Amino acid sequence: MNNLELQKTANEVRKGIVTAVHSAKAGHPGGSLSAADVFTYLYFEEMNIDPKDQKAPNRDRFVLSKGHTAPGLYSTLAHRGYFPVEDLKTLRKLGSYLQGHPCLQHVPGVDMSSGSLGQGISAAVGMALAAKLDNKDYRTYCLCGDGEIQEGQVWEAAMFAGHRKLDNLVVIVDNNGLQIDGKIEDVCSPYPIDKKFEAFNFHVINCDGHDFDSLRAAFKEARETKGMPTCIITKTVKGKGVSFMENQASWHGTAPNDEQYEIAMEDLKKAGEALCQ
Amino acid sequence: MPVDMSKKIATRESYGNALAEIGAEYPDLVVLDADLAGATKTGIFKKAFPDRHIDCGIAEANMVGIAAGLATAGKIPFVSSFAMFAAGRAFEQVRNSVGYPHLNVKIGATHAGITVGEDGASHQCNEDLALMRVIPGMVVMCPSDDIEAKAAVRAAVEYQGPVYIRFGRAAVPVINDNPEYKFEIGKGITMMDGSDVTIIATGIEVCEAMLAAEKLAADGISARVINIHTLKPLDEELVIKAAKETGKIVTVEEHSIIGGLGGAVSECLSEKCPTRMLRIGMNDVFGESGSAGALVKKYGLDADGIYEKVKAFVQA
Repeated sequence: MNNLELQKTANEVRKGIVTAVHSAKAGHPGGSLSAADVFTYLYFEEMNIDPKDQKAPNRDRFVLSKGHTAPGLYSTLAHRGYFPVEDLKTLRKLGSYLQGHPCLQHVPGVDMSSGSLGQGISAAVGMALAAKLDNKDYRTYCLCGDGEIQEGQVWEAAMFAGHRKLDNLVVIVDNNGLQIDGKIEDVCSPYPIDKKFEAFNFHVINCDGHDFDSLRAAFKEARETKGMPTCIITKTVKGKGVSFMENQASWHGTAPNDEQYEIAMEDLKKAGEALCQ
Repeated sequence: MPVDMSKKIATRESYGNALAEIGAEYPDLVVLDADLAGATKTGIFKKAFPDRHIDCGIAEANMVGIAAGLATAGKIPFVSSFAMFAAGRAFEQVRNSVGYPHLNVKIGATHAGITVGEDGASHQCNEDLALMRVIPGMVVMCPSDDIEAKAAVRAAVEYQGPVYIRFGRAAVPVINDNPEYKFEIGKGITMMDGSDVTIIATGIEVCEAMLAAEKLAADGISARVINIHTLKPLDEELVIKAAKETGKIVTVEEHSIIGGLGGAVSECLSEKCPTRMLRIGMNDVFGESGSAGALVKKYGLDADGIYEKVKAFVQA
């Protein structure tokens, strides 16, 4: 996909996020929207996956370690053809397969259950290790939140991945700068994120998480990096694409009401129209 | 048949030996450890299959997560550490990264209970069976000797899904060395028949219960002894049958009387066959430093302690 197609797709993914969370009357739009471009790049450009062969042994893997941003992953999977986009409206509802957090057993395309922060990255490390043990060439991608890396388990996993030189693993840190209680540097600063991952023997790339040229270059560099895992720190805006949600910690885990939903969808409609001109 | 006390082996040793033996048949079997390969005896597997032994360093939470990831890719990972860390420290990882997605991860927890001995209460996990039993879909096993420990490991490999197996540090007599012995997940074994009372035991307490039953027999008390090597799923049929036939039930475990074998049997009988019961185990207290033998005696978990309590219970 070229950048314009990726931008258009990401805009549709954002509409799906807003629609799902609005319908659920609960969920996490802020971090889903900040990572929407990364989700889109991974599933429409980077990863070797096939919705028609979802369990292919040599498929690339993705673990959403910041599992609360399931609406972002689900919307991406739906638009990629794993399940009907219409089903996004069933998010978090009783009987729906779209559980509040990613569920391996029920959601098509989900490679690992997650949601308890810090745990997904360990599973991703296990997947990357399995590829090394079996001499398979699939790659494993893991998306962490910048607040999530306050969890100690993240660093246990990072230490192991660096030690084992898992160059088939890419950890992406969605650096939107906000967590539930406020700015990450005010709550308990994880900065400098890049130097920390470097210290754990990662190759670290800083990039603009909303710029597809920047993302393309970063993932290409990751692919070319041998002998160590890569960490891509994507600088992003929490709530990206919805005017009143941008850079607001309060939209971490709040659903828009009907009125706010209309405004959000209008924002995204206009963004989509601008991309078509 | 009297208990043969001549042969003794720690079930953690059986665990290591079984992994090495079964590992030869299952190329996807891998073993993870957290800097305790010597103590958990997975070092035996490591020697045989160095490329399939993964030392995660002192990071049990991450180890459980890695095992989950390996399982999604078709591996059969055995996660090993002391029970305190495998079931205790990493509880939520076991719950969310293994139990919830129902992944094919096996947890081999050694050094369980007070027979850890000298290390003291910080390392004596008397809560693991309760913690693991409450996770939906988790099979929980606690083998009684070398033969059963090896059989439990094999059964875990052949079973698809999460399994917790508890092993001990101290050498214990071999009590299942007979040609009729058969291990089946969820099927208890009647070790001795009796009609006045049934002692239901698990793990290393099965042997002590048998020795206690021999002493009771000398006093004219006929005690049945049942070995519950699988706490979950519990062999309810065997438990209820014993309750109906002997009227009184005693549970014995090297674990808290809350939530483990005593808990499981109480839950079953209170609903399906209310029966007078006595739970013998760690009575809601922490352990302490001492030799395994001295601790088992102090906390009434040796044959003499069981004998005294069962006798009083039967005669009350």
